[in-house]
Formats: sequence, C-alpha cells, structure tokens
Amino acid sequence: MSRQSLAKAHQKIQELAWEPQYHEPYMKYGTDYTFRKAAKKDPLKQVLRSYFPMEEEKDHRVYGAQDGAIRGNMFRQVQERWLEWQKLFLSIIPLPEISAARSMPMLFHAVPNPELHNGQAIQMIDEVRHSTIQQNLKRLYMNNYIDPAGFNNSLRNFQTDYCGTIGRQFAEGFITGDAITAASIYLTIVAETAFTNTLFVAMPAEAAANGDYLLPTVFHSVQSDESRHISNGYATLLMALSDEDNRQLLERDLRYAWWNNHRVVDAAIGTFIEYGTKDRRKDRESYAEMWRRWIYDDYYRSYLLPLEKYGLVIPHDLVEESWKQIWEKGYVHEVAQFFATGWLANYWRIDGMTDEDFEWFEYKYPGWYDKYGKWWENYNRLALPNGHNAIVAEDVDYVYPHRCWTCMVPCLVREDMVMQEVDGQWRTYCHEVCRWTDAEAFRPTYQGRETPNMGRLVGHREWETLYHGWNWADVVKDMGFVRDDGKTMTAQPHLNLDPKKMWTLDHMRRMPHLQSPNVLLNEMTDAEREAFKADYNRQGPAGRPAPKDA
Amino acid sequence: MTTTESNPSTPTERSVPKPVFTDAEAGAKEFPDSSPAARRYNYFNPAKRKQTHYEDVTVEVQPDPRHYLSQGWIYGFADGSRGYPLHWTKLKAWGVDEPEPPRGVGTGSMHVQNWPAHGWHEFRDPNEEWEQSLYRYNANVVRQLTQNVENARNAKAFDLWTPNWIRFVERNVGAWMHIEHILGLYVFAANERSGPTNMHNTAMAVNSTRKIRFAQDLALYNLTLTEEIDGFDGTAHLEAWNSDAEWQGARKVCEALTAVQDDWGEAIFAANVVFEPLIGELFRSNLVMQSAAGNGDFVTPTVMGAGEFDYAQRDLRWTIACFGPLNEDREFADHNKGLMQGWLSHWVPQALEAARTMQPMWSQADHKPPRFEDALDRAKNRFAGICRDLNLDTPEELKQ
Repeated sequence: MSRQSLAKAHQKIQELAWEPQYHEPYMKYGTDYTFRKAAKKDPLKQVLRSYFPMEEEKDHRVYGAQDGAIRGNMFRQVQERWLEWQKLFLSIIPLPEISAARSMPMLFHAVPNPELHNGQAIQMIDEVRHSTIQQNLKRLYMNNYIDPAGFNNSLRNFQTDYCGTIGRQFAEGFITGDAITAASIYLTIVAETAFTNTLFVAMPAEAAANGDYLLPTVFHSVQSDESRHISNGYATLLMALSDEDNRQLLERDLRYAWWNNHRVVDAAIGTFIEYGTKDRRKDRESYAEMWRRWIYDDYYRSYLLPLEKYGLVIPHDLVEESWKQIWEKGYVHEVAQFFATGWLANYWRIDGMTDEDFEWFEYKYPGWYDKYGKWWENYNRLALPNGHNAIVAEDVDYVYPHRCWTCMVPCLVREDMVMQEVDGQWRTYCHEVCRWTDAEAFRPTYQGRETPNMGRLVGHREWETLYHGWNWADVVKDMGFVRDDGKTMTAQPHLNLDPKKMWTLDHMRRMPHLQSPNVLLNEMTDAEREAFKADYNRQGPAGRPAPKDA
Repeated sequence: MTTTESNPSTPTERSVPKPVFTDAEAGAKEFPDSSPAARRYNYFNPAKRKQTHYEDVTVEVQPDPRHYLSQGWIYGFADGSRGYPLHWTKLKAWGVDEPEPPRGVGTGSMHVQNWPAHGWHEFRDPNEEWEQSLYRYNANVVRQLTQNVENARNAKAFDLWTPNWIRFVERNVGAWMHIEHILGLYVFAANERSGPTNMHNTAMAVNSTRKIRFAQDLALYNLTLTEEIDGFDGTAHLEAWNSDAEWQGARKVCEALTAVQDDWGEAIFAANVVFEPLIGELFRSNLVMQSAAGNGDFVTPTVMGAGEFDYAQRDLRWTIACFGPLNEDREFADHNKGLMQGWLSHWVPQALEAARTMQPMWSQADHKPPRFEDALDRAKNRFAGICRDLNLDTPEELKQ
C-alpha cells in the first residue's frame, strides 16, 4: 500500500456499495434462509491495491521453489509410495478449488450485504489461483517424476473413477442446491474452516517427510489464503444466526456438512497420511492425533463451541461419533484397505505395507495387526502377477462392500450399515447420518417445513452399476487406465516398474466378472434383503465375513 | 547423576525424517509410459499444434458428462438442473442438442469418441489467463498507478488543477467508480458460475477482477485527491451518482445489465460489446482523457488509461474470441447471429440514450474536449468495428 493506511483505504472502498435504483439484479440462486439487511462488516478488509502485489510475491516464492526443486533433483529423494497417491489427490483438488470460485456469486445473490460481497469477490479470485496453481504442480510432477502415468491423463481418470466421484462431493456440494447450504455452510463453515487444516497443513507436512517439498510450498501458500475465506463464512453465519427462522436449517446443514466432510476428507487424507508415507518415526503424529489437534481442538472446541451462545445447535454427537469412527472403528484403515483391494480400478500404484509399517501401526493404533495385518500380508503375497488373480478375486477373508448411496465411500464399518427404499430403489448407507442426508435432508420438505431450494442427490452414484456383468479387462480398458503399450495397467499393487512384474489386461481377462452390489440388492426378495443386512452387520473388522458360529 | 537425567556428552538425536535416495526422477528407468511423449496432459486436443500452459491448467478442470463424467453430476438443484447447464444462455454451440450418453446398468463409461463433443469446449481465452498472468498483470498495474500518483503528489501536480476541473474529477471521475464496481461484481462475477466451460468461467472471473480493481483504483485515487487538494469533496461522487441527471442514464443501463434474466451470454455480450464502447470508452477516452491535459491534469489519464487498457486489450479480446466463432458455428450460426442482432437492437438504443444524457459533462471543464457529437461518432465507429469483428451487422439503431 502507498501512504493510505489499509483501514482508511478499506473504509473508502465501502463507498462503492450499491443500492439499486432502477433495476434489481437477477437472483439466479435461491435459498430457504432469510436474511435481514444487517450492517455486518467485511471481515477481510482487503484492498486489491495491496492484494495483487502480495499474491504476486507469494507466487514468486512458489515458482522459485519449483525451479529450485528441479535444479536440485528433488525427485531423487521423493518416495514413490507418497507421490503415487498424489495422482489421486491432485486429480481431484483443482475442481473443488474452482468450484469454490464458482460458489461465490451464489452468495452475492443470497446474502444482502454489499460489504461482504467484497470479501467474496476476493475469495473468488483466490480460488482461481488455487485451482490453476495445483493443476500446474501436477504438471510439474508429470514432467519430472519417474512415472507420469496417472498424472498425464488425470482429469479424464478423475471423472471416470469412483474415488473421483467421492471427491466431487467436495466440489459439486459447494455450487449446487440451496445457496447458503452449499456456498456458506458446506464450503466455508465446515470444509474450509475445519477440514482444510488436514488437507493443506497436515498433509503437506507428510509430503515433506517423504522428500517432496513442493506440495508444502504450494499448499501452504494456498492455506495462507484460506484464513480470509474462513472470515467470510463466519460473517455470513452470524448474519444467518440473527434470524430465528434459520436455526432449524443451520442445524440441518451443519449435521450434513460435518458428517459428509468427515466421511470424504477423513477417508482420503487419512489414507494418504497413514498409508502413503514412509516416515515411521514413532513420535510423528498419526492421522488420529492430527485430527484430534486440528479438527477436534482447533475447530470444534475453539471455533464451533463458542457459537453455541448465539443459538447455533452444534452437532456434538456427530463430532464424537466421527472421532469414534477414526479411533475405535478403524475408519481410515478400512478405507485404505478398500482402496488397496480395488487397486485395479484406479490409476495409481499402491505400495504394500512392510514390517516397519506394521510396527508403527501397532504402536499408534494398538490392536491394528490383529485386524489388518494378515490382510496386508496377503496383499504383498499377491502383489506380483504369478498365476493368481488380483486380490479382490482371491479368498483373503474379505467381503467386497456395498457402497453408501450418500457419501459413496463403501459401507466399511459393517455394523453401521443401514438400508432403505428411497425413490423406488433399495439403497445402502454407511451410517444412519448418511441415510438421513439422502432420505430426509436433501428433500423439498424438512421436518414439515417447505425447503423448495434444497438440492438433490442425483447421478449414477454406485460406480459398479455401470460395469455390472463386465469383464475386468474391459472395465480397465473402458476407463482408459492403460499405459502406452496398450496392455500394461496404469495401476499396480506394488512399486516395481520392471515391465515383467507389472499387471496387464491379460491378467484381468481371466478374472470373474464385476458385479454391482446395488443391482444385486435390488434383485433380492424382501426376506433375502433382510438376511443380507443381518449378515452384513456382523461382518468385519477388516472386511471379514460374519462369523459362522454366532 | 540419576538414570533419568540425560547425559550431556551423548545428546539425544533430533527426530526428523531422514532423506532417502529413491532415484524417482524422470528417465531413471524404462517401462510403459516412461517416454517423454507420455509427459503431457493427453485428455484434450489443443487449439493449436502445441498445447499451451494455459490450456494445461484450465481445460477439463470443469467436467462434462458428455466427456468423461461417467457417473454424471451427483448434486442437482431443486428444479432438476445440475452441473453447468448449457441452457443458461440462449446461445448454442454445435453439438449441444445431442443428448447426453444414456448411462445405466452395464453401459460402461460411454466416453466421448470425438472430443470435445460440443462447440463450447473450443473456446480459449486469447489472454491465456490463469493465476500467474492474473497476478502479474494486475500487480504491475497497481504498482504503476501508485507510482504515478505518488510522483504527482510529490511534484505538487494537483496544484495546477483549475477549480472547475477539480469539481469535474470529484463528481464525474468519481461517479465512474460505481459503474466499474457494479459491472465487476454483479455482472462479471455474478455470471462466472453460469458459463459452460472452465475457460468461459475463468475468463469472466478474471474480467471481473480487473473491473473491481479499477473501481478501487478510482476510489483510492479519490481518497488521495481528498487528502491533497483543499476543498476536494471526497463524497461528491455519491451525490453525482445518485442524483446528477447526466449520470442517471448510464446508471440505468448499468443496473439493467445486472438484471438480465438467466442468460450469461446476453449479460456479458451487452456489457462488453455494447455498454463498454458506447458508454465506457465514450466517457473514459473521449471525455476524461481528452480533457485532462488541457486542464492541467496529467495524472487522471494514467489512472483512467489503466482501465482503458484493461478493456481494449484484454476484456474485449476474450469477448471477441468467445462470441465471434458462435456466429460462424457449423450448426447454430444463424441462431446465434439472430440472437445477437436482437441483443444489439435491445441494448444499443438504451446505450445511446444514456450517452446523450451524459452530454452536459462535455461543457463542464474550462478547457473543453472535442465536441460531444465527434466523441460519440468516434465511439459509434469503434462499436461498428467490433460488430464487424463479430461478423454482425451494424444495427439500424446506431443511426439514432
């Protein structure tokens, strides 16, 4: 800034606030929330005259570090186990970022406070930055990392892959349906304020421990913008709270947003941090420890709880249940095991766990080996093609799970699975809260109240449906997850790049055909379905079949 | 020393991750997909022979069910629309009437065979805007402006201004900030959720950014003048904007642009093809920048000039690239041309009427700029040239 102080400059630009005199702007995006015009202050106090040079300076640092990494041969020290998971992460994340940019105009329409629009516009620009800077980082990995497969076709892969579809909730959820539910509660109040801590702070730290200091360089630069976005959400939330009629919707949306973020972000980032790392120092934090610090203490206790006095109904039960899922029910371990089971339907290579990994898991999560150790030993045993099938088609005491219709992560904590006939279709849900989300929250009425602007859960939400009855070789080929020799698969259940050790479409050809659990569920009689559910709820942990003697 | 005390002669090792030589750099091994040819994004066709950095960071980030989005959009609006509906403008690009692939049980992905499936995906922003270009450009502008204004302040340049020019700047240059702000926030940003591809929406977001910056440039310039010139009324722009007759026409059209019903194409077209040349450039170039020097002001044109460059070199450039090809679309050229001609017929008379209400401003300064009619003719000629660039007929209404 020049001579003018930031506060003075910010005060001056408030004179730009517009009160329509001849035409009211077209209101494209609806909300069931009501807002009274309130004199809430723009929390960002950002003026573009200082903003642009600041961001340019941040860019200089990021791109300087990237040049340095290449000149310094960073990739000679990068752990492949880690970078393979970035093929998934960096194919997903540019879309949520750009979707966050797209969600800001929804707030212009819904929140009648011109002063807040200034902060929302700056967030829009920030998000364009984040999306393109991340897409550029992926490009750098593609150019300089040993195995570009999976990076080079990432956006096609991401749009085809079931993991990508799970990740898309963290994008479409920002821009569709009720404007406040989507762009304020789901995006800024929960996703950005709570879960970007694990995404953009905890995960980059793990990257650095695995020899990759570019992910921290880019994502810490991104995270330094997030604090502004958090302020945006907070100001809107306070405005919403000032109207008594909004409380029921706020309670609904906080429950949905919290639970969905937990299901999606903890599944993905938990897996990256716990199963994508080679850093097994006993004193490095586990994902559970990070979660306790970043999300439970920093978000829940420090941010959310104080809002209770303003009348916000906090989903205490869901916060505790999320913790229970991570700490007692092994949610992250179950997800990682499922990703590895389905390695053949993905586009990155998944390294097996070693004795050193086992020891660390047992230290951090006592009892881990008894639950998951044997399965990972089987994974290693079946990693190289040697006349057997991929692990998903071998008998390793693992029942292929049904998918949750709402969050689309499979129903991995088997005892929690519920099902219901909704919109003429039997659906399985990973937890009662996901059932509630689909069957009750995303509906035109909620607890007797009209909610005409609420969105809908749509689409072909079970990936397996599209490939019901297909041969696995055709599935992989159809998705395009094949390398440039036309037969070697992009995905592998190991890190060995010797072509003789890599799985090909020929290996897939002899596998049993893929079956859609949901199609099969809907073909059952009522009695069969009840028996199926009773059996399913007795399965696990680690996907084990229900005990026969119970 | 007890056994619980550490021995200072054997310090405990700090717990840090150990560097490991992994040899995971490109070229270390040969295997399928290890060749340099595999090191490019391969899911889209570049507009030219070689794919650009801009394309790499922009194309396909916003998915499309007609491309690779095999499970479809997973959230919908209450009315059933989902994703980025192509009917959020009446404009059409080839292929849009083809139905989405009918996916279901056992259909597979049904990926597009001939990318890009429809014509909207052919658009590329000629400014190639992404975060690096966005910040470099705007940071340069604000740095240069700050230096210009600072230099003028040090040189006591504002002392040379005549009283009438001070009144002119405080009211009229000040009033213009509102137009830039409204267009930036409530036309360009408001529509950057609505476009059919990431390239369209990013171009709108970046256009919005420049507008909002320019509005703030003017506001902060106004603040400097308030501090530097005795008697400069920093709030006079509000009165002019709210009450001066010569501003109400432009305000009315500007507000009308925010009220375009559910058509991002019309809003952006009307703003950048009609409003900007007939009102924006008329005021900025043909009035303020032509008048200032004669009234002892060499600073205001540099501030205005930055906004003028934004429009002339960047905003208009992407607009031509966006709308021009639609008039030569292999399937919907006539439809689009008819639509755009209709928009011209609707918006040009409003813009000209507003321009004429601005005429008294041409007489307010001591040193007069070229005549209003000459300025308007120049603006009309400029507008007619834009119509030609878009392969549109100059509308009859321009003769008004």
